[in-house]
Amino acid sequence: MHNEPATTPAIKDARLYMSTAADAAQKKPDEPAPQAPDNGIAMRRMQSFAGREDHCDLESLEAHVRARTFSIFYGDNEAVRSLSMDIPRGRVTAIIGPSGCGKSTFLRAINRMNDLIPRCYTTGELKFDDQNIYDKMVDVVQLRQRIGMVFQKPNPFPKSIFDNVAYGPRLQGERNHGRLADIVERSLHEAALWDEVKDRLRDNALGLSGGQQQRMCLARALAVNPEILLMDEPTSALDPRSTASIEGLIGQLRGDYTIIIVTHNMQQAARVSDFTAFMYEGLLVEYGNTTQLFTNPENKQTEDYITGRFG
Amino acid sequence: MQLHTRKLLDRSFTATGFFSILMMACALVLILYPIIKRGTGAYIFRATVEHRRVQFDEFGAGSVQEIGQEAAEVAAARQPVFDMIAGHEEGLKTGLQDAFEQIRALAATEGGFLARSIERRLKRVHDSSSLEECLLILGAVQETLEGRLQNERHQNVISLIKERKKRVHAEAKKLADMKDALRDLLGPLPGDRASELLRNHYGQTRWDRCLHYLDKFLYKYGWDYSDPLSGGVKVRTPRVDEFHGTAIEPIFAYVRDNLEAMMRPRLTFYWRFLTTDSRDAHIFGGIWPEVLGTFYLTIGAMLFAIPMGVIAAIYLCEYARPTRTVSLLRSCMSTLAGVPSIVFGLFGLAFFLNTVGVSDSKSVLAGSLTLALMILPTVIRASEEAILAVPFSYKEAALGLGAGRWRTVLTVILPAAMPGILTGIVISMGRAAGETAPIIFTAAVSVGLALSPLQTLNNPTPALPWNIYNLCTEHEAVDEIRHVQFGMVFTLVALVLLLNIIAIALRARISRKLRG
Repeated sequence: MHNEPATTPAIKDARLYMSTAADAAQKKPDEPAPQAPDNGIAMRRMQSFAGREDHCDLESLEAHVRARTFSIFYGDNEAVRSLSMDIPRGRVTAIIGPSGCGKSTFLRAINRMNDLIPRCYTTGELKFDDQNIYDKMVDVVQLRQRIGMVFQKPNPFPKSIFDNVAYGPRLQGERNHGRLADIVERSLHEAALWDEVKDRLRDNALGLSGGQQQRMCLARALAVNPEILLMDEPTSALDPRSTASIEGLIGQLRGDYTIIIVTHNMQQAARVSDFTAFMYEGLLVEYGNTTQLFTNPENKQTEDYITGRFG
Repeated sequence: MQLHTRKLLDRSFTATGFFSILMMACALVLILYPIIKRGTGAYIFRATVEHRRVQFDEFGAGSVQEIGQEAAEVAAARQPVFDMIAGHEEGLKTGLQDAFEQIRALAATEGGFLARSIERRLKRVHDSSSLEECLLILGAVQETLEGRLQNERHQNVISLIKERKKRVHAEAKKLADMKDALRDLLGPLPGDRASELLRNHYGQTRWDRCLHYLDKFLYKYGWDYSDPLSGGVKVRTPRVDEFHGTAIEPIFAYVRDNLEAMMRPRLTFYWRFLTTDSRDAHIFGGIWPEVLGTFYLTIGAMLFAIPMGVIAAIYLCEYARPTRTVSLLRSCMSTLAGVPSIVFGLFGLAFFLNTVGVSDSKSVLAGSLTLALMILPTVIRASEEAILAVPFSYKEAALGLGAGRWRTVLTVILPAAMPGILTGIVISMGRAAGETAPIIFTAAVSVGLALSPLQTLNNPTPALPWNIYNLCTEHEAVDEIRHVQFGMVFTLVALVLLLNIIAIALRARISRKLRG
């Protein structure tokens, strides 16, 4: 396993973050996160940066996913254009940008979910632990076990909660019920869902609320011990309270997993991520330390976007 | 559009919809009512003593004591009828006595070959010989005399014989007619030679048929052609008119009044109709081989069609790229769904039996394969639709967790698509059970025994749909087995309904489980 945090301060950060995010979730659970910031005052409202201004130097961190002039095509349409970025190990990286900018496409390229779409192909290089993801020799099944994914809408299988969470371990050949139960319990604990569902593991997962479903999907993804967790707008279908709990979870998982999160919600990106990438029309416009990107963007487009002038 | 116009249109639309549903319900009732009413008549009816005798003799049902006692009582009730007939025959024989005496006298006075020939024939006449035998011997003597016609005395004897024969013959014919009608009703009369056909060993087993034959016994039916314009009118004349003033006249009143004592009708639930095989081409017995055959054919067809159909649907939905070949394949399948079933039957004969040779003769195996082929398009299409209806997110989730394509299909897509697939299976199962044409050439025979599962590989079987058709069109005594025909239809409908109910219950259970 490579999810050992690169530096000890990262763990400290995680703890620090945990308190702030949990506090935020507890103090004002009913206050919805504003979907679009008011133009001028937006930046001042983003008070809860994860507090990692220090040592957040991209170059000094080990890259877990590395893209070099990586492009994705849907037929003739180039959805992601010659993208180059290093995603650091054990950190939370957010990708923001207006609809159709290619951020989801890029995210789904990392565990090759785009393979499902006919006439989709890629050029360039996308490396995960120094192995090209799009190499012909790559076993997609293994790749996806190492790179888990949480989707936009909660998508539990129409099975029991236990079977849902145990789905991944079972795929890997785990048949021992005791060990499966351990894994399920650990995963549900990690997803902060155990206390809510421990008495009804045999019930159908579709009976859970939306937020619980999404946390269960998170637990399901964690059950296979992935190294990277991809989150494709994981809270866009949830209410504020569930959103807060998911964000709290991201904070807790930080350090153990490399998390890449695509979001429409800039506050969310600011709250949960160490690094933020801004994409626009398939191009990576700006990528850097979250605090810096939100408070002092280098690029005019980035500034326009985060202040709500377009997008 | 104005509000009240819209309301009016709304209402008329509702009314039309309601009306069509009502019409459908009425049609259903109209179709099902006779099936249920007359079909249950095969199971629950007033059975006569003859029914119980058949059941005892052929199927070992009932106890010896009860049957014996009842037979004795019935025989006692019938005895007067037989006595009256015997008395009448005796009277007719007496009318022939003077002819015999003349012949004997002739033979005594004459000698030689003629006398010996006559005496040889007369030896066969004694007290117990029947009227028919007497008449036959008289005829033979007359022939002998006519061959050796020598003098006037011979001439006199011949004319006497002729006159007696003519008179008695007319009477005997009427009597024989009446006895035939009585045989139809009660079974063989005393002194009848045992028939080859089992149906002639017993009287009517069902009380409704008894009443029908009672009418035939009491009345003669004929055609009156006196009016040339009407082209014949059916006339019904009491048979008793033919026997006025004879010793046998009271027999009609007696049979009419004592039929219940002679037949002993009793309301019976004849469950053995379902569980026994038939005797003498369905005149007696049940329909078990047919039911079992239908069952085998349906299950066999399902065994082939479900795996093939579901796998084909999975291939089309999940594996096949949308190329021209695949779309061609799809349109071929749609065409196949519309092909008349008789074509499938001929194909089954030509391919499975004649070309491949899955079995030496028609067999359940060949029939099942043919039926499977027939319902395959339905199964594939229903499965395909069910699989396509599974949310893409399920598939995404499974693939995202590192499941292979096959694992995704097996663990996520198929379970979620199961209710839809089951619907297709229900529809095609009903079709497979009821289809006649594909099994005519490949599996069905009119009469046969119930098969063991292993025998199905190489043996043809009777089956409900084919035997319904066969009994209604090609049976030599169609009217005698109406109850069997309706009983088969009823059983087939009930069988299909039962299979459907099982499938629907299963489907509901799975749906409930999926919904959580």
